[in-house]
Amino acid sequence: MSRYFTEEHEWIDVDGESATVGITDYAQEQLGDIVFVEVPAAGAEISKGGDAAIIESVKAASDIYAPVSGTITEGNSALEDDPALINSDPESDGWFFRMTLSDESELETLMNETAYKAFVDGL
Amino acid sequence: MSDLNKGGWRPEMTEERRDEQGTFTGNRALMLDEALIFEIGDSETTGVDLADFPQVETRLGGMERDRRIGLPGLSEPEAVRHYTRLSRQNYAIDLGLFPLGSCTMKHNPRLNEKIARMKGFADVHPLQPVETVQGALGVINELAVWLIKLTGMHGVAMTPKAGAHGELCGILCIKAALEARGEDRKVILVPESAHGTNPATAAFAGYVTENIPATPDGRVDLEALKARLGPDIAAVMITNPNTCGLFERDMKAISDAVHAAGGYVYCDGANFNAIVGRVRPGDLGVDAMHINLHKTFSTPHGGGGPGSGPVVLSEALSPFGPIPYTERFGDGHITLVEEETAGDRHPHSIGRMTAFHGQMGMYTRALAYVMSHGADGLKQVAEDAVLNANYLLRSLEDVLDAPFGKSGPCMHEALFSDMGMAEGYSTLDIAKGLIDEGYHPMTVYFPLVVHGAMLVEPTETESKAALDEFIGALRSVAIRAKAGDEALKSAPHFAPRRRLDETLAARKPKLVWPQTELAEAAE
Amino acid sequence: MRYLPLTQSDRDTMLTQIGAQSIDDLFADVPEAARLTGPIRGLPSHATEMAVERHFSALARQNMAASHHPFFLGCGAYKHHVPASVDHLIQRGEFLTAYTPYQPEIAQGTLQMLFEFQTQVARLFGCDVANASMYDGSTACWEAISMAGRITKRSKAVLSSGLHPHYVSVCETMAHFTNDMLDVAKPDFAGADTQRLIDNIDEETSAVVVQYPDILGRIEDMSAIAAKAHEKGALLIAVVTEPVALGAIKSPGEMGADIVVGEGQSIGVGLQFGGPYVGLFACQKKFVRQMPGRLCGETVDAEGKRGFVLTLSTREQHIRREKATSNICTNSGLCALAFSIHMSLLGERGLCDLATLNHARAVQAAQRLNKVPGVRVVNDTFFNEFTLELSKEARPLVRELADRRILGGVSLGRLYPDVNALQNGLVVAVTEIVTDEDIETFADALEELLS
Repeated sequence: MSRYFTEEHEWIDVDGESATVGITDYAQEQLGDIVFVEVPAAGAEISKGGDAAIIESVKAASDIYAPVSGTITEGNSALEDDPALINSDPESDGWFFRMTLSDESELETLMNETAYKAFVDGL
Repeated sequence: MSDLNKGGWRPEMTEERRDEQGTFTGNRALMLDEALIFEIGDSETTGVDLADFPQVETRLGGMERDRRIGLPGLSEPEAVRHYTRLSRQNYAIDLGLFPLGSCTMKHNPRLNEKIARMKGFADVHPLQPVETVQGALGVINELAVWLIKLTGMHGVAMTPKAGAHGELCGILCIKAALEARGEDRKVILVPESAHGTNPATAAFAGYVTENIPATPDGRVDLEALKARLGPDIAAVMITNPNTCGLFERDMKAISDAVHAAGGYVYCDGANFNAIVGRVRPGDLGVDAMHINLHKTFSTPHGGGGPGSGPVVLSEALSPFGPIPYTERFGDGHITLVEEETAGDRHPHSIGRMTAFHGQMGMYTRALAYVMSHGADGLKQVAEDAVLNANYLLRSLEDVLDAPFGKSGPCMHEALFSDMGMAEGYSTLDIAKGLIDEGYHPMTVYFPLVVHGAMLVEPTETESKAALDEFIGALRSVAIRAKAGDEALKSAPHFAPRRRLDETLAARKPKLVWPQTELAEAAE
Repeated sequence: MRYLPLTQSDRDTMLTQIGAQSIDDLFADVPEAARLTGPIRGLPSHATEMAVERHFSALARQNMAASHHPFFLGCGAYKHHVPASVDHLIQRGEFLTAYTPYQPEIAQGTLQMLFEFQTQVARLFGCDVANASMYDGSTACWEAISMAGRITKRSKAVLSSGLHPHYVSVCETMAHFTNDMLDVAKPDFAGADTQRLIDNIDEETSAVVVQYPDILGRIEDMSAIAAKAHEKGALLIAVVTEPVALGAIKSPGEMGADIVVGEGQSIGVGLQFGGPYVGLFACQKKFVRQMPGRLCGETVDAEGKRGFVLTLSTREQHIRREKATSNICTNSGLCALAFSIHMSLLGERGLCDLATLNHARAVQAAQRLNKVPGVRVVNDTFFNEFTLELSKEARPLVRELADRRILGGVSLGRLYPDVNALQNGLVVAVTEIVTDEDIETFADALEELLS
């Protein structure tokens, strides 16, 4: 299993054709206390760069863009009751959704952990 | 009162413990807490006495209510005390300077309140025969004339209920005008510094919005705007004076360019107070502009409304204005153009924006306001508003960063940023510090184009002494923020409440008091 | 000028201090061509308080005030007695001259009031939650349709023929530009169009909109409509223009309404020639994030004290901008306060008694008017408003009644100028302000004018 990152501060764990997506620790810190998340329902088709989820802090609402294209297999329902999970454990229990990839080659445009770290340091 | 605290407190927000010298009631002399009506009232108490009702055979068709509603009642003394106590937990213009940028919190004359309550205005039904409401229609008509003349425009749509509703009306008129020309333009250009209502309105009317870039001196970038104009641009929405408190010097050139490209110019009139009586938007090529009667024309804000947002329209857009509207005949008789006659008189109208005739109660107040000032007084209003803002700007720019301070005078509001504060101190701390000094804070974090923005609008109804005291207070708070004064982080200390946990409110929304009475009744 | 505190010497001092030669220096950014040299021509100069008051007194005298005459108008605006304390309290400067409560530490008065208001409205409508108010009933009605569109991702709404025609017009204005489809119909004396609504709800329908009681005053059970709507994945939007009725009849929420909107004018606000009024907006909890308008919520402060804040504001225009649920910004706060105070004074007991009294007066009036030759009461059911079918066109008759100093209802010809079958219709509202004498005067005048 390998982890990729986007410039929009999302992480993607890829295991064969399936992947899990969330936002990075850096992102949650920038957003502040998360109060609401709307994750896509299973079966939804998403395409790279399109809207996939909504995340809200008290004073800001942000769209989470799909890092890659594919079909949602599961949204993290735990976030509905406890959006604070994204603040406390963004890169594990605070995952957003699971999906199957429709085009694995899209992964090539994403960053690995080292590249992402350098990207964040440069901000 | 311990059960008032059952929500718990959030330790990470707290810098200090509650004063150990508490009182039995939790009150502090004149600082009185007040429970909810659901805690002090009950469903059998009432504060009204009604006449005995005759026994009749009901005609409700079997739809009689068979459950409790859960509405607590209060006797009159309890009600008067409840709301009086609540009122004392509010800041208000009547208490002090209210420097909320873009909101024009000026004095609300009490004559206007008296007039709005005259039976002939307050106690007439909107659907009475027009012959029985000639005076009420006269008020609408007279105010319409004032608004048209003050703005140098061709017509006015009086009915929109508030600024954003007026924006919507203006944008719909533009859309209708384009439709009449057989064009389907999709894009509205909006500056980044715009009020949030602008893009929201454009989207509500089915448009895509694109940002117009700004120049480093805080104004619309005319060349960039010209480059973007084309057959897909329906309109440009511009606030003038803009939300950085600056007059758009190129406004006429912008209008000319937009018109040449077949588009329309919408002007957000929220900041009209800076130029009323001195500059007419019609002379700048504006096609539509809403006027917030609750800003420039002093109708009370009432804790968030009601507002009123008439829209002045150019000759090109006037045929599309909404119904109903008033028409005065040579003999003085006033008629109302509504559904019945609109087909002949006003065939291109977009239709109704609201039931009835708009915000009559605001028209009476606004008309009393403009009549009281007259054309000469309104010019003085703009001049004093601008003078007061510049006086604040120049008196504070040595302690607060003024991002556009160098680019000349401001209009009716002065913009500052939180640059130069101690590490970890920001606009929010300055705002909360001002609360302890007895002021409502300025507008914070708006416009979005300036980091940690503080937008200060004193209005013309403040004396020099009031301004000097405010300047002293804001200077003191700014200096504390620069020095990293710990106490500022937990301000306000002396308000009815300390900083409130907005995260908790949004994570676990409690929007209504739980219906316990019903549950008990069901058991 | 009495509202401007600066003296000329203040102005001079301040100009010197900011380094300006004259006030014109501060307007230097205004293009030459748009600079006015003197006061705008064609407008009068300033006036004394006394002169202004005189001008308005003269205008006010030209209007027939409801409380000075037998008065029977309704159709979306109702005259009830408003206790004196309501107007006194809303004129307290701390309510009247406050802004939207964006700084909650110094706006708890407004915020707690809004929380109480939201709870009152939600309970009255039989819903889980309500917002802090909208402009008025008509705009709230469109906002509800728009919200149903967001929830269902559909764009066809079926409107009852009993929905106030101005509300229909407002929706038509908006729908024209948003490309929503509205299925509309005109009312018919024969009965409500419940079956048409049920038949027309399909898989494309976002919402069905029903006024309760309807524009002619009729009361219909909405349960079957709700059931069909829910079966097809649509929502039921109920519209209440006379909230006092809910002291006597079932709430829309009980019948399955998903969103309930209304006009709150009849409680606390007064007629005011049509505005400002107060839009009521309530819905079931699961839809709260799609709601338009401001919401107040309970929380705690840093010391653990209960307090209130505006919340879920990410739905709103100032944050969400072009993705906001609505462009609404200003609400109708002071009218919401008037509503809430009046409702607190009434309480459940008072509201139910007021509703019973209204209904009883209306039944008496309907019985009396029905005896007038040339008059037929159309309604089987009603609360405090019913429709008469006259032997003559109603619109000129209303003017003749006004000549006799009687404000005798709303003619359907005014509301539906293009529907021939309705021209003899007169909608009559009878609230607690109507006396036995008023009813007799009205009946006698009708008898004369119809003979």
